[in-house]
Amino acid sequence: MKTSFKSAAKRLGASRLGIKRLGLAVGIAAAAVAPAWAWEPTKAVTLIIPAGTGGGADQMARFIQGVIQKHELLSKPVIVVNKGGGAGAEGFLEMKASASDPHKIIITLSNLFTTPLGTGTPFNWKEMKPVRMMALDQFILWVNAEKPYKTAKEYVDAVKAGTDRQFKMGGTGSKQEDQIITTAIEHETGGKKFTYVPYDGGGKVAVQLVGGHIDSSVNNPIEAVAQWRGGQLRPLCIFDTKRSTYTQKVTETQSWADIPTCEESGLPTHYQMLRGIFTTKNATPEQVAFYSDLLKKVMETPDWKEFMEKGAFNQTTMTGADFEAWLTDAEAKHRTLMQGAGFLAAGAQ
Amino acid sequence: MSAINPDQIHDVEAEKPLVSMRVADIGVALLFLAASGIVIADSIRLGFEWRENEGPAPGYFPFYVAVVMALASVVNLIRALPASEDGAAPMTSVQGFGRMSAIFVPAVVYVAAIAFIGIYVASALYIATFMLFVGKFALWKAIAVAGGVSIVSFLMFEVWFLVPLPKGPLEAAFGF
Amino acid sequence: MEELAALAGGFAVAVTPYNIALMVLGIVLGVVIGVLPGLGGANGVAILLPLTFSMEPTSAIIMLTSIYWGALFGGAITAILFNIPGEPWSVATTFDGHPMAQKGKADEALVGAFTSSFVGAIFAVALITFLAPAVAKFALKFGPAEFFAVQFLTFASFIGMGRGSPAKTIASMCLGFALACVGLDGVTGSLRMTFGHEELLNGFKFLVAVIGLFGIGEILTSMEDGLKFSGADAKLKMDAVIRTWRQLPKMTGTFIRSCIVGCWMGITPGGATPASFMGYGLAKRFSKNGKNFGKGELEGVVAPETAAHAAGTAAMLPMLTLGIPGSPTAAVLLGGLLIWGLQPGPLLFVEQKDFVWGLIASMYMGNVVGLVIVLTCVPLFAAILRVPFSIIAPAIVVVCAIGAFTVNNAMFDVWMMLVFGVLGYLFTKLGYPLPPLVLALVLGDQAESSFRQAMLISQGDVTVFWSNWLCGAIMTLGVVMAFWPIVSGVIAKFRGPDRVAKVA
Repeated sequence: MKTSFKSAAKRLGASRLGIKRLGLAVGIAAAAVAPAWAWEPTKAVTLIIPAGTGGGADQMARFIQGVIQKHELLSKPVIVVNKGGGAGAEGFLEMKASASDPHKIIITLSNLFTTPLGTGTPFNWKEMKPVRMMALDQFILWVNAEKPYKTAKEYVDAVKAGTDRQFKMGGTGSKQEDQIITTAIEHETGGKKFTYVPYDGGGKVAVQLVGGHIDSSVNNPIEAVAQWRGGQLRPLCIFDTKRSTYTQKVTETQSWADIPTCEESGLPTHYQMLRGIFTTKNATPEQVAFYSDLLKKVMETPDWKEFMEKGAFNQTTMTGADFEAWLTDAEAKHRTLMQGAGFLAAGAQ
Repeated sequence: MSAINPDQIHDVEAEKPLVSMRVADIGVALLFLAASGIVIADSIRLGFEWRENEGPAPGYFPFYVAVVMALASVVNLIRALPASEDGAAPMTSVQGFGRMSAIFVPAVVYVAAIAFIGIYVASALYIATFMLFVGKFALWKAIAVAGGVSIVSFLMFEVWFLVPLPKGPLEAAFGF
Repeated sequence: MEELAALAGGFAVAVTPYNIALMVLGIVLGVVIGVLPGLGGANGVAILLPLTFSMEPTSAIIMLTSIYWGALFGGAITAILFNIPGEPWSVATTFDGHPMAQKGKADEALVGAFTSSFVGAIFAVALITFLAPAVAKFALKFGPAEFFAVQFLTFASFIGMGRGSPAKTIASMCLGFALACVGLDGVTGSLRMTFGHEELLNGFKFLVAVIGLFGIGEILTSMEDGLKFSGADAKLKMDAVIRTWRQLPKMTGTFIRSCIVGCWMGITPGGATPASFMGYGLAKRFSKNGKNFGKGELEGVVAPETAAHAAGTAAMLPMLTLGIPGSPTAAVLLGGLLIWGLQPGPLLFVEQKDFVWGLIASMYMGNVVGLVIVLTCVPLFAAILRVPFSIIAPAIVVVCAIGAFTVNNAMFDVWMMLVFGVLGYLFTKLGYPLPPLVLALVLGDQAESSFRQAMLISQGDVTVFWSNWLCGAIMTLGVVMAFWPIVSGVIAKFRGPDRVAKVA
């Protein structure tokens, strides 16, 4: 018994040495191939969507999952989970609660700011680690193609000339990005207000606009592009400081770049929505670097480029300090906007 | 425990009564009233008036729903109060309650255990325990069935369909 | 017939050995997914979606829609055998399906459910084939007022089926409405009845309540009385299919009614769950056997299953032509279409003819293949009842716990499931009817949002519900339905339900 134990120990020692050498060799090889991170997921990565199925964030998250799987960018599977309760509060609180689990990442939309501010949910983006801004989603002012308004100015003039609350603006959710933009437009309508009608999804808003149940919407491009191509909706202006860079024709005659900015049309409002990825608060720099690199690879695929063009996304991408500065700025901007509109919850003042 | 045989039909009415219909009815009506109270309280906070240009405030629906629920519960309560033949009938017997507890109490322990040892291990223990003590199965049968159910559901949820369920130290030891 | 030519082309695309193999695989997976409450159709499709990115779009969608058909078929199995609805739209199937199983007619109930699912689906596919453009235009007419009218009609046609006392029916329904209010109010964005508890942010989900009330409640009752399944002893007869099919021609009226209700609800989109309740409610009211509903009547299985499957299938139409999903599963499929480079919307039928007609052809094929598969498995499903109860009972609790957990990935819901289980037992014992509670829970927040959206649009003017012929007609129909008992002259018996109608 004793001898066998000894020999086993000896063998163990020997093999440990072997492992050390092997480890060294692998280390050198890895350095030669040049991945900068020293960490890799040891189990499946959960990608949380703080929104329901079918919306813009859901589409992008499932697309990212698909691209990772299709191009085999990750050795472990990616699991997508919808946690949209309480306007996304559920998803954010889950990230906050699992601060030490680096196998969780989350895709964000504007509710990263609007939900804590509007509902008083005890959460702030600083309770997560920003990984990468994937893109900025645009907003466009849409009207039904059968209506006479050809430009944003004509529409705003009609609102000015109408009675208060005569015009109905449809949007996704309440006290969120769509309603914030609506409030911003109201600064230019000479005191006339819109009746803001909240629906539970962007796709539904576009269809309600086609059906003539509302007068206008501020849908994201990808939510209304089908109806635009079908000649049912007309884009009036894009809420960005400059026009879109996509010049390929979307309809027979127009491309995304042909849509004027709202500023050009006398409506000095701009707003874009973050599509970014965060991980949990206690993630190490290596872990953040790993995800950042993984997402960079996703963004380099042709599939991603096609997806960006289809949805007329603004392909701004940021990481690290730049991203954090952007987030701080955006949070302040949302606070001002929501304060102005009276959307702040009692707890978030 | 020998009285519990779920594969045999029991006549609850013939057993020793535990709770009468009347008492249960009163209890449930009071529960409903309590629920109405909670809803009404929060609806008042939210406001239940009809707002100009907007229609009902957020508390409008819950408020009136809770008021109607309270009224209906008062009717139920008044009906249940006087002693009657129907009311005196037993809702459940001592033995019946025991049989229900045989599945429900372990179920509560099982749900509590999920948080610590994960759903798969907890499920296996729960099924095995029930089979052993209530079903009087042989130990090997209980282990085989319980283990089988847990392993199949583990494969199905974690491996094939990638639905993450609560996991404990055992799964962690295998790298999940 | 231009459509027939296109459809023939579609069959040429869809019917390849490879695609049929995918179909069979998809349906088997779908049935498994439908059986387990933890894996919804939407879940299954979402999980398998990435696997299909490397496939042809047509093959990919054939496989994914097959999972969907399978899940629609599969939802009925646990509903009938164990009173646990595998999918929300199977709740109404439990009302008569489970009593049938207790009487030892599980096989007939299963055959009836599968066959009527098939009939509903084929009816809806035929509608998509020949009337897609017209129907798409019809769907556009539905604004908030019209949605509310439809939801009101669903309630109105379902009310009056409670066997309990009126006050208990009202209390039960109001509890459902109150539970539906918990969580974030979609119209104003304020939190209701959460009292600062993060667990309540998501509200009470329908599936959690249903798993508890029906599944756990049933287990408790079974434990108290001992197992009531005479099916356990009954010999499995292999002629169940023929035996059941012989009874079906008598129910032609119910089939037609449920098909129409289902298609309409699928397109508008009201969804499969309200469709199944409405189908059941109408059948109970208008069928000769109506008074026996709830005691194990085959027609009570046929009515909701036909409607649910017709609605589930018809939900594909607004997805393809308008880009709005008629169900959560359709929402996930919609995401898939975008990834394959197909833009759903008005132009899909023009630009992607091959794909669309291939898909429609696969709907016919998928349902035929699905019916054959599930019918051959009926003896297998029915045989599950012969497993000793002391194995089945804890296994059901485990399946319920998994199902409740996966709804929101929250342990809180598993605890709620146990609470609902106790409530389910108490309510059943004391004669509080469960169906009104469940219907109020599933439709409550939708109806409230639609009503308030309509009020916003009309500036608080209630006459908006009679402002056009469509909305007015549905509302009037709803009122007639609500007061049907009066209309048909049985005032005394139905006094309670009328009061409920006014509340709703």
